[in-house]
Amino acid sequence: MKKVAVVGVAQTNFSGPQEKTGVELFAEAGMEAIDASNITPKDIRALFVGNALSDFEEGQGMIQSYAAENMGCLYVPANRYEGACASASMAVRDAFMWVASGFYDIVLAGGVERAATMGTGLATRTFAMFSDARYEYPSGITFPAVFAMLTHLYADTYKIPLQKLREQMAQVTIQSYRHGSINPKGQFYGKNADMSVEKVLGSFVVSTPLTLHDCCPFSDGAAAVVLASEEAAKKLTDQPVFITGIGQASCGTLSNQSDYLPRIRAREISSQQAYDMAGLKPQDIDLCELHDCFSIASLIATESLGFFDYGKSGEAWEKGEADIGGKIAINPSGGLKSKGHPIGATGAGQVYEVVNQLREEVEVERQVPDARTGMTDTLGGDGGTLVNMILERGW
Amino acid sequence: MEHTLIFKDYNEALQQNRLLGLKCRSCNAITVPPKMVCRQCTGSELDVIELKGSGKIRTFTTVNVASEGLEDEVPYTIVMVELDEGPWLMGNLEGIDSQDTSMELIGKKVKMGNKLFSGDKYSAGEGARPLFRLAD
Repeated sequence: MKKVAVVGVAQTNFSGPQEKTGVELFAEAGMEAIDASNITPKDIRALFVGNALSDFEEGQGMIQSYAAENMGCLYVPANRYEGACASASMAVRDAFMWVASGFYDIVLAGGVERAATMGTGLATRTFAMFSDARYEYPSGITFPAVFAMLTHLYADTYKIPLQKLREQMAQVTIQSYRHGSINPKGQFYGKNADMSVEKVLGSFVVSTPLTLHDCCPFSDGAAAVVLASEEAAKKLTDQPVFITGIGQASCGTLSNQSDYLPRIRAREISSQQAYDMAGLKPQDIDLCELHDCFSIASLIATESLGFFDYGKSGEAWEKGEADIGGKIAINPSGGLKSKGHPIGATGAGQVYEVVNQLREEVEVERQVPDARTGMTDTLGGDGGTLVNMILERGW
Repeated sequence: MEHTLIFKDYNEALQQNRLLGLKCRSCNAITVPPKMVCRQCTGSELDVIELKGSGKIRTFTTVNVASEGLEDEVPYTIVMVELDEGPWLMGNLEGIDSQDTSMELIGKKVKMGNKLFSGDKYSAGEGARPLFRLAD
């Protein structure tokens, strides 16, 4: 298997409703990534595009073919990946496989979504399509409701008073907002930097006990990365970022995950695959862009990823151990909660951030010092798809 | 390979307040809702059984922001119930004040009935949902 490098990365602004079409958004990110890689669209052998809901957002199916043509990647294979919020990470992982196998030398991967354009009602309905449609949707399940139930279950499992847990979760939000407020491509850029525990707890209750500020926003946006074999990458950049570990796992209906909840078993399997492949342990990771679709999701994720003990991650946030300069820097981009969550693009947005961190090209206030090894963590559905990647400096 | 129990038959039974599950001949685990194989050991030799429809609440939430088409139901409460036979089942909780739910619900015993979700343009028809009430 060949070594695979990320050569160039790009991301549009993640934001509320945008005027550009999904094809236009992806093409803008894709072309910027191509430019950043010192290649042309003709060098791209295949496209791997994460997109969950374009059919509902714009009535556009098969968006990947139109995106390929739009940006001048003519007649190359273009594949779409749908794994709910993990779609783009699936796309990057498969793109990695094709390059690692030696079949392609240079490919483009990424994702696009216009979730904000749908508005809250349709977005909530279509996101709920990633729950079990026949056995769980009829109860009116929504994504906030899934993580709200995990919050109550977490409090009960680890015997943490709910009010205490909510205050710890507010610290997750406060940290995310602080980092995101200085990320120019983030949805909450310039906003929410002065968030307080009282404001988080006192905002509108979406699904008990989760308030508006416990939840990520609906977002539009795209992100793209160029992957190349080690040989090809050497000719294009002196700062290749190697993908050294990957993992992916799936599981079914939420209630059938009961042997492990509030742990997400697919994440434990997926991340272990990535650690084993990279030959690394959790303590070797300098920063992690993880799937904080809700504040509680960060606590659950850091425990399954091995950064903190089960039931203890809230304390870690309180002590600053999950912040830049702490034990592990979590979501220096602001994460889904502040950078935004255009679901089909989110995983590529995580890779974008990790690569820029390893290259020390982010705003100085949110740069993780001497970051050499980064990780991504993307969750689709209510644990149905999990993807993890480990990236390391190649210079 | 044929399924031992499919959605259609499970759903029709649920609409009569009968909760069907599958018992594995290899490991005796109960699988509900139905699948092709045992959720524990992936064995495919399964028998249809009727569950009691009783259990205890393991977690809950009251939803204030619903999907398009379900706005009229808010606020409503969703629960995950650990059935007496072991598996967990998602459903709604009624007979309580949804605007005043608390952690005290966890551990409470419940009994199952059903309520019809009439379906929407995406759902390929209607579907019954477990509807729990506090026991006694």
